[in-house]
Amino acid sequence: MDFLQQVISGLAQGCIYGLIALGFVLIYKGTETVSFAQGELMMLGAFGGYIAMNTLGFPFWLSTLSSIMAMAVFGILLERVVIRPILGQPAFSIVMLTIGIGYTTRGLVTMIPVLGTETHTLQVPYKDEIFQFGTLVIGAEQIVIIGVTIVLCLALYALFKYSKIGIAMQASSQNQLAAYYMGIPVKNINGLVWGLAAAVAAVAGILLAPITFVYANMGFIGLKAFPAAVVGGFGSLPGAIVGGLIIGVVESLAGFYAPEGVKDIAAYVIVLIMLLIKPNGLFGEKLRKKV
Amino acid sequence: MRFLFKTNYNQDIKLAKHGGHLFWYGLLILLLVAAPWILSEYILAQLTFILIYSIAGLGLMLLAGFTGQFSLGHAAFLGMGAYVQGYLTNHGMPFPFALVVAAILSAVTGVIVGLPALRVKGIYLGIATIAFGYIVEEGFARFEGITGGNAGMHVKSPDFFGFKFDTGESFYALCLVLTVLITFGILNLLRSSTGRAFVAIRDSEISAQSMGIHLAYYKTLSFAISAALAGVAGALYAHNMKFISPDQFNIIQSIDLVLMIVIGGLGFVHGAFLGAIFLIAMPQLINAVKDFLPAAIGQAPGLQAFVYGVVLIAFVLFEPMGLYGRWLKMRTYFQIFPFYRKGMFKRQKSFQKSDRLK
Repeated sequence: MDFLQQVISGLAQGCIYGLIALGFVLIYKGTETVSFAQGELMMLGAFGGYIAMNTLGFPFWLSTLSSIMAMAVFGILLERVVIRPILGQPAFSIVMLTIGIGYTTRGLVTMIPVLGTETHTLQVPYKDEIFQFGTLVIGAEQIVIIGVTIVLCLALYALFKYSKIGIAMQASSQNQLAAYYMGIPVKNINGLVWGLAAAVAAVAGILLAPITFVYANMGFIGLKAFPAAVVGGFGSLPGAIVGGLIIGVVESLAGFYAPEGVKDIAAYVIVLIMLLIKPNGLFGEKLRKKV
Repeated sequence: MRFLFKTNYNQDIKLAKHGGHLFWYGLLILLLVAAPWILSEYILAQLTFILIYSIAGLGLMLLAGFTGQFSLGHAAFLGMGAYVQGYLTNHGMPFPFALVVAAILSAVTGVIVGLPALRVKGIYLGIATIAFGYIVEEGFARFEGITGGNAGMHVKSPDFFGFKFDTGESFYALCLVLTVLITFGILNLLRSSTGRAFVAIRDSEISAQSMGIHLAYYKTLSFAISAALAGVAGALYAHNMKFISPDQFNIIQSIDLVLMIVIGGLGFVHGAFLGAIFLIAMPQLINAVKDFLPAAIGQAPGLQAFVYGVVLIAFVLFEPMGLYGRWLKMRTYFQIFPFYRKGMFKRQKSFQKSDRLK
């Protein structure tokens, strides 16, 4: 029973990693850039939800929705203002740029008195409810996380499979120049991808908020989502979720069975092993450039 | 305006291209040597820090700026050097031997990290180094018998066969000598065939490979040298701080190191020094300006992170060649006055190239 309990809490945690990793993968696949600011976007999303609920007094569903919308707009603006001018520059510049964005947002949030300097709890309606199945105890938060992740994945799948915009995103992710020649507005698509990634990050933030707290440094969890993305294969959307689940479950089991300290590095050990054995990840596509 | 007429192949690889170089760099070295007599103790301590960070920066510059392999876990090597040095010095080993052992052990870890670099590149390498950095940091905290764990570890002053570098001035002199030696070493390396191979790998792996450059060997070598330099810097860092703990070598430190060389100017030896000056001077500058700002902004805890982030974004957007690039542009402007054109250093626009295709 202990084992199952740990697996379930690991799955819930893994969904969070997976959702953040989903943001990385969306941006990486869509625009060929790597965003190190994904964790910070998640933090902003959680703060957005908190502000909407506690300062503006919105009901839960409205504050969630407004936070997600606000983050989507923020993502689009971010792409337009800082990412687009250096489109086509070496990947390294963009990595540094997103690290800079992360620093700036974290600094800005910390600079706001009370809001940024203290930790807050997000009063979600399902807080502290638990379900009991025999000896198994599952928190409502965990069920919500897993459920929302499944729904979100299905929605994204449908988006990429059936909608015009999703197909355009896929085309632009395979070859930007060719997509441009086919009449796809690649620059606008890039903006939308950033918006989508920011919205997914906001969902992750709001889901995570009841488990941890809402505070300025919560974005550091984003660094654990990288291993998730790599384990799944950096260019694969289902891979991101599966990778997140693997990392989450292993971490949770390591925390229970292994000596202290192993839990914190479990994700990184897995990713190093993965990079040595199968650098393309579980679901990664194998591509070769022909000269 | 100066015209260089090259009549000899050796002129191409000379360290000092013309008399001006000799004069200005000579003057700089003289000033640095005279610094203990000119500057106050506080500024001298900051200068020591700048020298230490320049050594680490030179190492990272070699790896990221000249070989094109970027590492986001360099603090791990810094920590490796610091802990080895601390442990050996506290157990009575003379300074030079401890330093060599620290550098070698760091280099060995560098090779171990370099191994995944042979198979992965770009962002994957970044993640591998982040992962490695976390594991090493956790290792420092867990091997309490050697490292003292989270409680930290006190480090004695360097002991050079009886002579103790325990004053600020003597330690500064030690750092200065090491920095100058390492700088010359790096400059020499970069004009040798090994250095050229590094640059070739940076510019295009495929063409480097077809020119007969052994990618695996040179990448590993670059990692090893880079890690060794970070180890030396870490050793000096340990002596300078006199107290080390695992959280001094975390991901923030790694990112600071990368930030330093990007702001200094990626791909220039000068960039490592300018970046180090930036990294050390910036907090002081913020402190100085703080009091003139409204209290709500000036006293806010996140101010420093915010300023770092904004400066980093501004540099990547507007001055991708960093501080040294800015200086190059200014110099070119005056050198060819009045013929400077706006587009001389303009970047070409292009579509994003895929990293996923190897």
